[in-house]
Amino acid sequence: MLRKTVLHDSHIALGAKMGEFAGYDMPLFYKEGVIKEHEWVRTHCGVFDVSHMGQVTIEGPGAAEFFERITPSSFKNKSIGRAQYTVLTNDEGGIIDDLIVTRLGENEFFAVINAGCKEKDIAWMKLQLPDGLKLYSMQNHALIAIQGRWAERIVHEIFDYNAGDLPYMHTAKAQTRYGIPIFISRLGYTGEDGFEISLPNDEAADIWQQLVGHAEIKPIGLAARDSLRLEMGYPLYGHDIDEKTSPIEADLAWIMGKDNTKFIGAERILKEKQSGVTRKRVGLKLLDKGVAREGAEIRNGHGEKLGALTSGGHSPILKGGIGQGYIQSKLAVPGTMVFINVRDRNIPAEVTPMPFIQPKTRSMKKAAA
Amino acid sequence: MSELKYTNEHECIKVDGNVAWVGITKYAQEALGDLVFVELPAIGKKVKKGEYFAVVESVKTAAEVYSPVDGEVIEANDKIPNDLEKIKSPVGEDGWIAKIKISDPSQLSGLMDEAAYKKYLESL
Repeated sequence: MLRKTVLHDSHIALGAKMGEFAGYDMPLFYKEGVIKEHEWVRTHCGVFDVSHMGQVTIEGPGAAEFFERITPSSFKNKSIGRAQYTVLTNDEGGIIDDLIVTRLGENEFFAVINAGCKEKDIAWMKLQLPDGLKLYSMQNHALIAIQGRWAERIVHEIFDYNAGDLPYMHTAKAQTRYGIPIFISRLGYTGEDGFEISLPNDEAADIWQQLVGHAEIKPIGLAARDSLRLEMGYPLYGHDIDEKTSPIEADLAWIMGKDNTKFIGAERILKEKQSGVTRKRVGLKLLDKGVAREGAEIRNGHGEKLGALTSGGHSPILKGGIGQGYIQSKLAVPGTMVFINVRDRNIPAEVTPMPFIQPKTRSMKKAAA
Repeated sequence: MSELKYTNEHECIKVDGNVAWVGITKYAQEALGDLVFVELPAIGKKVKKGEYFAVVESVKTAAEVYSPVDGEVIEANDKIPNDLEKIKSPVGEDGWIAKIKISDPSQLSGLMDEAAYKKYLESL
């Protein structure tokens, strides 16, 4: 039996094509189809039900130190409201999940984790949790993403919240018009300016109706969410990163905190950071027509296998095929020419810096007064 | 007017003498969603019944288009790659992907007519 988010009925009423994702029955796309939805987010504004994702808070003295143990990032020096993209690492330096961790207070943190990893992540965190820290799973909360150039105005209209001063990768505690507390985070999985709003399940349907009823907003399904994130080169857990890949191999060294050397899995990861890795995650752009998907072999000009795509699909903006995969580090430089095998064709492709298109996210700096 | 034939794999066929015009049904089009690319067969390609001769790529997935008969590709619809919407036209107009010269006409008797295909869709 598939799980449902609190907005499930609304998706059905909107005529969504539903499909399974991470054990949930989720909207894959609505009436207009994936490409129109994708383009609408890039040019206007879309809303996504991402309530299947896990939300947890961790509170207590030493919460920042706890996150510096379970992730390779820095938290002790983060200002209140700052959100950090990071990964949970295992003892072998592999990635248990990728997540966003936000400092809500001196000793209060909020984490958003992948739907498919919820149980595993929470069990892992509890195992690592020192006495005195409390982990709370916010199962009574929904998560709605508003992404696109009008997002700030729409958040103002719907929540009466002025996000003008909220920088990228920052979270604010706010409330609905009825005084219900919510978290508003300026971030997302699309590369557009936008927000993710965490709000109680009881409030979600009403807010969602206001959003999808708005003339300038369209609901967007998981299929376009995937093509939007692929254009940004964001990894998808379970595909582009997993328990065997390290953050260095995944080209995520930038998440590491300079002063954090005591995290779980540090032995492998710090060594790799120092002396390099044999394979690396890269972006690949097809130079000829076609679509290459997860599993397609990356080959050299002699037909020898170099690796395989971990994700791939059609970019509605570039109007061509793009993907991600792992190849030898010495080849993992922009401009390297390879071939991607799709059925009986070897499609020429080029190692390409990610993101594939310019993101439109705001500055992370506070606006000057 | 020639009657259309159908396969279990949702190909739609117009039989024109000893040539099969092969496209995909409305059901297949809807299941695929937004199309992004169509790979046409080479002229002269020999195909066996049930082998794929073309591929229709949508945002979601790649769908192989199977030959309903043994034969040889004698024409590919090169209007389609530049205007993917054409695939939605009737198979006897612009909706055909390839024309296949039929080697063994007896294989046609295994195909469904419209009524049988409708029934088949209801059973899915």
